[in-house]
Amino acid sequence: MPAVSKGDGMRGLAVFISDIRNCKSKEAEIKRINKELANIRSKFKGDKALDGYSKKKYVCKLLFIFLLGHDIDFGHMEAVNLLSSNKYTEKQIGYLFISVLVNSNSELIRLINNAIKNDLSSRNPTFMCLALHCIANVGSREMAEAFASEIPRILVAGDTMDSVKQSAALCLLRLYKTSPDLVLMGEWTSRVVHLLNDQHMGVVTAAISLITCLSQKNPDEFKTCVSLAVSRLSRIVSSASTDLQDYTYYFVPAPWLSCKLLRLLQCYPPPEDGAVKGRLVECLETILNKAQEPPKSKKVQHSNAKNAILFEAISLIIHYDSEPNLLVRACNQLGQFLQHRETNLRYLALESMCTLASSEFSHEAVKTHIETVINALKTERDVSVRQRAADLLYAMCDRSNAKQIVAEMLSYLETADYSIREEMVLKVAILAEKYAVDYSWYVDTILNLIRIAGDYVSEEVWYRVIQIVINRDDVQGYAAKTVFEALQAPACHENMVKVGGYILGEFGNLIAGDPRSSPLVQFNLLHSKFHLCSVPTRALLLSAYIKFINLFPETKATIQEVLRCDSQIRNSDVELQQRAVEYLKLSSIASTDVLATVLEEMPPFPERESSILAKLKKKKGPGAVSVTELDDSKREGGELNGGGDRGPDTASTPSPSADLLGIRSAAPVGTAQTNAGSLLVDVFSESGPAAPSAAVNDDGFLRFVCKNNGVLFENQLLQIGIKSEYRQNLGRMYLFYGNKTSVQFASFSTTVSCPGEMQSHILSDKPVEPLVEGGAQIQQVLNIECLTDFSDAPLLNIKFRYGGALQNLTLKLPVTINKFFQPTEMSSNDFFQRWKQLSQPQQEAQKIFKANHSMDTEVLKAKLLGLGTALLDNIDPNPENYVCAGVIQTKSQQIGCLLRLEPNAQAQVEETHTHTVTAKCVRSHCL
Amino acid sequence: MTRLLKIVSCSSLRFFLQMRFLLLFSRQGKLRLQKWFTPLTDREKKKVIRDMMMLVLARPARSCNFLQWRDLKIVYKRYASLYFCAGLEDHDNELLALEVLHRYVELLDKYFGNVCELDIIFNFEKAYFILDEFLMEGEILETSKVAVGVSLEEADTLQETMEEYMSKPAY
Repeated sequence: MPAVSKGDGMRGLAVFISDIRNCKSKEAEIKRINKELANIRSKFKGDKALDGYSKKKYVCKLLFIFLLGHDIDFGHMEAVNLLSSNKYTEKQIGYLFISVLVNSNSELIRLINNAIKNDLSSRNPTFMCLALHCIANVGSREMAEAFASEIPRILVAGDTMDSVKQSAALCLLRLYKTSPDLVLMGEWTSRVVHLLNDQHMGVVTAAISLITCLSQKNPDEFKTCVSLAVSRLSRIVSSASTDLQDYTYYFVPAPWLSCKLLRLLQCYPPPEDGAVKGRLVECLETILNKAQEPPKSKKVQHSNAKNAILFEAISLIIHYDSEPNLLVRACNQLGQFLQHRETNLRYLALESMCTLASSEFSHEAVKTHIETVINALKTERDVSVRQRAADLLYAMCDRSNAKQIVAEMLSYLETADYSIREEMVLKVAILAEKYAVDYSWYVDTILNLIRIAGDYVSEEVWYRVIQIVINRDDVQGYAAKTVFEALQAPACHENMVKVGGYILGEFGNLIAGDPRSSPLVQFNLLHSKFHLCSVPTRALLLSAYIKFINLFPETKATIQEVLRCDSQIRNSDVELQQRAVEYLKLSSIASTDVLATVLEEMPPFPERESSILAKLKKKKGPGAVSVTELDDSKREGGELNGGGDRGPDTASTPSPSADLLGIRSAAPVGTAQTNAGSLLVDVFSESGPAAPSAAVNDDGFLRFVCKNNGVLFENQLLQIGIKSEYRQNLGRMYLFYGNKTSVQFASFSTTVSCPGEMQSHILSDKPVEPLVEGGAQIQQVLNIECLTDFSDAPLLNIKFRYGGALQNLTLKLPVTINKFFQPTEMSSNDFFQRWKQLSQPQQEAQKIFKANHSMDTEVLKAKLLGLGTALLDNIDPNPENYVCAGVIQTKSQQIGCLLRLEPNAQAQVEETHTHTVTAKCVRSHCL
Repeated sequence: MTRLLKIVSCSSLRFFLQMRFLLLFSRQGKLRLQKWFTPLTDREKKKVIRDMMMLVLARPARSCNFLQWRDLKIVYKRYASLYFCAGLEDHDNELLALEVLHRYVELLDKYFGNVCELDIIFNFEKAYFILDEFLMEGEILETSKVAVGVSLEEADTLQETMEEYMSKPAY
């Protein structure tokens, strides 16, 4: 028996759902569904006209089938029919179906838009709300075009019902997010701000989301909202818990509205007006005070709502970062939460403190909680809380507490979750280096790291310890002694063998005086690990051996014997065999002097910044949904620049921000500034003048403006192929590096950099394999996100060794702004209306250029489509002209772009116009 | 200079989106309701759903209600056999989101009277309508229980008796 249905129950639907639930197997379920689909199809196709109730029922069944995870490819028309029904429930189901199963069929959209239009003008508030919900749920470009001017009118009209206003505000928010260019600011904007004063709390709650969004984009126009928001907030905060009636949630007055107000204020700097600021500070103090009051209810909802406001207030205090008093109070409050019995509060307190740690006013106050945080790391049962504790320790670390924190993190590592070990290792390595006063501590820490979590110690970490030991005389002897001791362990990690081999090879002589670590003992110790190691490690050890021959002539005979044995000199691995042969030969023919010169101690590494930070960066943004930006997020500021960044000790330690730059440091100085203005012209000329740069090779670049796949570069050694795909502001590029020779490329590495401002963010999933065998191909994936418009393409730098010679190659990656185009269809009227609106000088660009090729219609069309815009037919009165429209999708905004190309066959001249909505875009993309 | 950077890092020119998605699923991993406030392809949606179930269902009891997943904050809460799970942007307020979930449960409860999972299965369309009255575009539309209740009652003026219901066709 189906569960009781209320109101307008659909019995047939309930029976169908029961049937599905009673199916014993997946097959039975699919069979039942197919039977139902056939039934519905025949009903829809049948001669007998269906009544509204049946139509509603069948549409609802389709919806249920879709939500079970099956594809539905019919029923849209019936759903659209329901929209024009007078029965609320039928209309409602129609709208639900359309919202869930959006279809881009333009004929259908036209019908839907018609129905929406009718409902919007019906003056029936429930129908209007349904229509507004549908627009917000679908939010397509077509809908934005149809309703972007209508909805602000509904929103500010004096006679609109409150519930409709609420829906209109959020509906407009959606349209503004999807098509900001279509929502034109006008006189309604000032009236929207004044909705903050509305009598109806629900209207304010809905409108404030819209205002926050608009303020972010147009802070100056909406400045007045600051004082309005402060006074509204002040009224709520000071109200008794019963004043707001139904907007009081578990004795907390209007928690949602309060949080949204506090959030809105975070779009602006602290108020300049003294009175407003005073009032706001008072509010914040009241909120902090209330946290100390005994709870009015024991329910968790009460404390959650109250604390939600508190955390939002703390965010605002951190955002202002100018009220030392409030910052310290916030910190103390969070300190209390650190020991709260609610896990949620402990989690949030740890999270918020991370950001507080980066403020100079509260950094010291945060530090006082170190014991509690360490305790949390040790005792919390929930791994996500422990993770937050580790993050906070990292953020609060500075020179004064580095030793303690690093020690705690190391001991946590032994039991840490596998998923976070690598990140922990990087953090420990960074802290150890950043705050190392004496480098023996640093060496100890890294060796401990390898001992505890050797598998998670990446190359960057152990390379770095070697660089530092080589560059610092004072630590070399200590390092040699320590690795020697560490290698005594019966089972030690291969990374330890690598570090040990390298360091003893360089500095073994510093400990050779002690008979317990005499040259032969050292050698035997290293060699005892040899057979357990992988090929690269063995290769490293062979180099250490030849260095031993130079350091300790007395080991020569022993080592030569080792090199001479079959397992070395006839090793099946080419690299090992070659090293064995060459080293053996070198040691037997070269004089002591020559040997000493060839095998001299490594020169100091150029003091460059740590690559570890870069690595941590990469780990932090594993999301495919969106990639964390380098300069952008607060969290980054908290963690990477945490603490030391502001302290006086920064000067003597490597600046973390410089570290971050390290990964982009390849940005070439003399990059050819390809004149963006010539972009399209070059497309049409194919072989446009190459940018006058020796460093950057962009031969292949222009061919990719209009296509996504192909060969980017080829010479005798290397071929680079590209496959790329773009969707909205995101892209993914597959790079295929093919070795055309029969010889291995060694130390193969690639770096991608974005010149100028970092406007398109690129993140490679992982570094490429350092070895490319002869004839082999390796693949690299780049994830790209367009943050804002840009004109310079990112650069790809490739380095590798081919037969000993270093090859260095820089190419422009074909990521151009037009890749983020999304084609837009529009009618002739719309097009020219918009065309005329965009007539300010900075909104348009025109270029007349001579065609280098014969103007073949099909070729031109293909190129324009390749550009990513929609090619619109029957728009321009002159059929010779080409008309295109598209929206450039960036993370921060969307830029509508209209384009006309007017070929003049006689003169072989073409003229293009573009109109776009922002000034910057024109600069980067003027055609 | 510092000032400028600060403003950028806090408002960072992106939209504050309250919620990216809301999922309801059972302890057995059956999806009961999905609502997306941001356009995603079907494949991406399926991946999110799979990941959420994997993560959330594996959490031991009495863990905290928050998780970090990629660049999203995940807030979830279990009510009887159903998990309510929301994905938030990085700078959103987790506690408030928790109360959004709770308010939704209260509204369902008010409408169905002692709501249980079966109510949501058999009246999935109602569950969507109630959500629509309450959330729009991932933002709170109306926080008052009374106001939401009123508009739902308005929609339901068409009451029918069990007899009328049973006389409807069962196919």
